[in-house]
Formats: sequence, structure tokens, C-alpha cells
Amino acid sequence: MTDAEIYQRLKRVFLDIFDELDVELTAETSAADIPEWTSFNHVNIIVACEQAFGVKFGTPEIETLKNVGDLVALIRGKLAAKK
Amino acid sequence: MSSSILPAWLPVLADADAAFGALKAAADPAERFRQIARIAEHQLDFMQAGKLDRQLERTLAELPEPAGYDALRVAWLGSSTLDHLVPSARIASLRRGLVMRSYVAPYGQYRQELFDPASELATFRPHVVLLCLDPEHAAIDASLGAGLGATRGDVEAAVQARVAELRRLWLRASELGCAVIQQTLPNLAPVVFGSYDRALPGSPAAVLDRLNRAVIDAAVEDRVLLLDLAGWSARLGHDAWFDRVRWLQAKQLVAPTMAPWFGELVARLVAALRGRSRKCLVLDLDNTLWGGVVGDDGVERLVLGHGSAAGEGFTAFQQYARRLKDAGIVLAVCSKNDRAIAESAFTQHPEMVLRLDDFGVFVANWNDKAGNLRKIAEALNIGLDALVFFDDNPAERALVRAELPMVAVPEVPADPAYYVRTLEDAGYFEVVSLTGDDLARARTYQDNGRRAEALEAATDMDSFLAGLGMSLQIGGVDPHSIVRVTQLINKTNQFNVTTRRTTEAELRAFAAGPGNVAMHFRLLDRFGDNGLVGVLLARRAGDQLVIDTLLMSCRVLGRGVELAMINELVARAAAAGVAEILGEYIPTAKNGMVADLFGRLGFTRIEPTDRAETKTPEANQPRAGSRWRLDVRAFTRHPNFIAVGDP
Repeated sequence: MTDAEIYQRLKRVFLDIFDELDVELTAETSAADIPEWTSFNHVNIIVACEQAFGVKFGTPEIETLKNVGDLVALIRGKLAAKK
Repeated sequence: MSSSILPAWLPVLADADAAFGALKAAADPAERFRQIARIAEHQLDFMQAGKLDRQLERTLAELPEPAGYDALRVAWLGSSTLDHLVPSARIASLRRGLVMRSYVAPYGQYRQELFDPASELATFRPHVVLLCLDPEHAAIDASLGAGLGATRGDVEAAVQARVAELRRLWLRASELGCAVIQQTLPNLAPVVFGSYDRALPGSPAAVLDRLNRAVIDAAVEDRVLLLDLAGWSARLGHDAWFDRVRWLQAKQLVAPTMAPWFGELVARLVAALRGRSRKCLVLDLDNTLWGGVVGDDGVERLVLGHGSAAGEGFTAFQQYARRLKDAGIVLAVCSKNDRAIAESAFTQHPEMVLRLDDFGVFVANWNDKAGNLRKIAEALNIGLDALVFFDDNPAERALVRAELPMVAVPEVPADPAYYVRTLEDAGYFEVVSLTGDDLARARTYQDNGRRAEALEAATDMDSFLAGLGMSLQIGGVDPHSIVRVTQLINKTNQFNVTTRRTTEAELRAFAAGPGNVAMHFRLLDRFGDNGLVGVLLARRAGDQLVIDTLLMSCRVLGRGVELAMINELVARAAAAGVAEILGEYIPTAKNGMVADLFGRLGFTRIEPTDRAETKTPEANQPRAGSRWRLDVRAFTRHPNFIAVGDP
């Protein structure tokens, strides 16, 4: 899966969680850019990504996430390890 | 690891994107609510449930009380995070006609919230308080401080102290005037020695086991309801339910992916509290109760019973259905079949578990099933929303879902091995208590169904009545019957000529009066015992008998019971040398149906009276009272279809 494909699928996940999403997702997008990105929704994003990409994130990995770029990199790594 | 297990009995939502898109676009709140309710009938993962719940929230802001739905306030108190479970519970409640408003207390704050009279919880005025304590918290490090070397006695003392604390919480919650639900404790205690943990009273696993048992026993005693998370999580798998990463990350005991299941468990409990559990299981026949098609294959070639794995699967399903019947659920058949052929499967197949008389209604014809389900509900005198329709044919299921959305229609797996599992999981028949009365009530529904069927089969009323095989048992007022006779006298409003109320003592004195007649009547028919249905009291005065009380239960209206009752009274009067029987009709707001009863029974009107003993001001047009007399010697017996016997 290319990064573009990952972003595309990620966008769907975000649209499922945030009904009114008017920001474009970039590597720099973070909780500061989306008001509804609360700690509650942060867990939802993680779990939804696990479902959407068929991967499982570890406790330390989740703690290092700062923005969408980190998340995409983590997903990319997980998908590569699956092959 | 967590893998999601979705409620498999719910149909998959085809084209979810379009459904949610339409929802967002729907401007009219009533129309949007209708669409939400339709989507809610489907299998939704926790993300979809969350999305749907946000639309529900938005819609309820504009349409706070959707027609036909009950409102219910549920307060969620817990030692761990619960917010992620609420949307699924609300969607599952919607499936049961309930609009759930929820208040989630900040986690760990349940004590403060319960005991502070000005807390948000108290202001919320919940109908239900749901107490979700995670096992670690409930057991305080899963050992209750007892230590690995603790004796049974040490553990018991620690367990009882913890339970006493819980009971104070329950008591406080019930003081808020609401029902209390306690979540049971899944045994997630750390393994220390392995299997030996079970043998060691002080091991965390043994302590949690003991604590869970004690919580359950105390809950039953205190009339607190249980949400059996321990049972359901063991059944579906701890690994699916509980995710250590989610626990560490967000203190979520139940993984978000299992929210749809948890929501189901909550919703079916609160629905049961509101009397919204299903009452009747309607079964298809071919490939549902047995393998094969009886009309094509013949009874002898049906796949059922020993010698075939699938056949044993069908047997297990029939056994489960019968278990439900024994638990008070009415069974019915709705099958496209020739009736005689369908019935022959039950009378002729040697391994058939269910018998024809296990069914309250048996419909086998070639009409469409939606219409037949309507007839079944009518015959049983229950709502369509009390029905579950179990049919292996997806086309029939789709038709019924489209025509009768209030009927529960589970997806039926291709393999009969999983039929039982489907009904177990779907939880349609959840109860919150079970008494002998509940079991008897199911029996009554079933009897009603058969009578309604017989009425339809009979071409006219007389042949229906003749076919009922009714017999009336007549008894007096004695120590065995006095409680029930008094009850009936004091609660009968409609078919009651005088509406005189009484006490047991007064009734006893009346029955002992010389020459007085005190009779009670019990009606049996071929469908069952209708119980005590009539009372007749008459006072002797010289050569007259004066009717003090003549009443009948409306559930046997139109059967001719009153005719048999008066025949019996006149026979006794004649034998006792009575010349004349006097009757009086005293009108009330409710007994208009017997204004002319004495006339129909062959009495002659003496005078209209104006003694209206109605105490209800809304009876704006008081009917005139009347007095009646009957000449005993000139009386001819009223023909009827009831045989009379002594009990």
C-alpha cells in the first residue's frame, strides 16, 4: 500500500469519526487542528485504524504518536511487517 | 489482541455509505428518526454505532419524544471508562422501542455521585443505575488483601466485607427510586501457579470467583439485576472482550470493538424491565425444524434425529424451543405447507421432539407470511412487537422485515448446528424475574391462540361453542375458595349487576346464612382451565331468593356461562321450595353491558329504580337501575353448550 493509499483510507476513518471534517489530512495534522480530536476520539482513531488496516498497535507505539504523519509511518511499518 | 465479534443474528447493512449519506441529508427530523430506526436494526460495528448515535442525538434535539417510543434515563457508574459503550447501548435500545438518555459519571466517582444529594446523578433522576465495576477494582488487586496463604475463612470475611460495601451502594442507588443493575465480575485475575490457583483459597482467581458468587447471591437477595459480563465474556472469549492495550491506554475494560455486544446486553435488560421482551417464537417448518421439505420428501425422509449429524442439530433446536416453551414463551408455526401434511410430520415422525400441542397457534397455508404473522399475533392477543420469526428462507425473512419491521427476524445460519446459538445470542426473551404467574400467563396466551383458531375454523358461533367441550364446575364458598371468590367479587367491574364489594368475613357470614345460596363457577374447556370465572350470591327471604351478587369474568364472555349459572340457581331454588327469584341491576360507570342481563335471563322487570351507586363523576349519564323477578315454576332452562359438574 502506498502512502497515498494509506492517506485515502485514513481519510475515510476520520470522516467516520468526525462528521464535519473540513481539514485536509497531512503529515502535520494533529489534535490541535481538529477540535473534536479529544482523548476519547483519539482511542477511537487508533481502534478504527486497527480495524481498517488489519493491524494491531502496541502500547509504546501508541504513546509516541504526535500527528498524522507518525500514524501513517506506523501503519506503513506494520503493513510491511505483515508481508 | 482484540477481534470484533458482531451480533451475528442482525442482518448486514447493505450499502452503509448510502444509508448514512441519506441520513445526513434528511432534513425532516421525523423522517430522519425513521431512517435511524431502520439502520439500527442492522449489524453495526462500534464506529457505525457511534456515527448513528450522533445522528440520533441530533434528531432527538429536534424531536425529543418520537411517537411509539418509551423514554428511559440510564446512569452509568463505573470504576473504568464507559463512554465508548454508550452509543451502542442506545442503538440497541432503539431496536427495542426505547429512547435511552444516558448520564455517564466521571470514572471512579461513583461513590461521590451516589451519596451527594446534589450530584449530577441525582439531578439526572435515572430510571436505571448501571454499576460497572471492573474486577480489579472490585476485588482491590484481585486478592482483597487476603494474601496467597489466606484460609477459606479469611477469604470469606474479606469477601463479605466487600459485598456489604456494595450493598450500601445498591441501597443508596435504589433510594433514588430507580432499578439497579450490577455487572458481574469476569475473572481476569493474574494466574500465579496455574491450575492450582483454583485449589488455593487465597489465589487471586479463587478470590475473584468467590467474590463474584457472593455479589450474585447478594444481588438476588436485594432485588438488584445482574448484567452477566462474566458469563458472556467467558462464552464469547475474554480475548475479544478485554484488550490490555485499551486498558492501559484508556482504562477501557470492555474493548470498543465489543461495544455492540455490551450495548445489546444493557438494552435487553432495560427492555425486559419495561416489559419489552419478546413473548412468542414463530417457527417455520421445512429446513427450520427439520431438514428437507415434508410435502416433497415425505415424513419418513425428513432429516431429524439420530443417524445424521444435521438431523441431531435439528433435534437440538427443537429441544431448545421446547425449553423456551417451558420457560413461558409461546411457540407458533408459520409455514407454507398443506396443513394436513405439516401436521402429519408431528404426529408420525418418531423422533419429533415438539408435539402439536406445544404450539399456541399453528398456521400452515399458502398465504404470505406477513399476513399470517398478523393473524398469529391477533390469535394470541399480543402485539406484533412480541413476535420473533425464525425462518431459514432469506426471501421470507426479507419480506417480513419489509412488511412488519416490529417483528424480530434473526438471520438464520446455513448450518442447523448454530440455530440454537442464534437464539441464545439474540437474547429476545430476556427476563428480570420469573414467577409461577409468569409461566401460567404464557399458558393463557397459548390457550387463547387455540380458541381463536377454533373460532376461525368453525363456520358459526354455535359449532364453535359446541366444539369447545366446555364444562362448568360449581363450588360453594369454603376455606379453599374464599380468598379467590373475594378477590373476584372485589375486582369485577363490567359483568357485575350490583358491584357489591365484600370482605372474607362478610362473605363467610353470608354463606352461612340459612337458605342463602353462595356459588362459584370454574370453566374448563378442551384448551385449558379458565379458572374461577363467576360468582352468584342470593339471600333467602321467606319464599323468595334475592340475588345479592351475580358476576362473571369478561374473559369468558360470549360462552353462555351466565345461562348455565342461572339454570343452576333456579334448579336449587326449586329444590328448596323457593317461589320467586328477585334481581336488581345497579348501574355504575362500567357495568352497562349487564343493564339488560336479567331480561335476557328470563326475568320480568318490576320497576325501574334510580339507585345509581356510581361513585365515578365522569359517568355523566347515569343509566336507570331496575328490579326484576322470575317465577321459578314457570322457568324454562336456557339451552347452552356447557356441561355442569361438581368439582
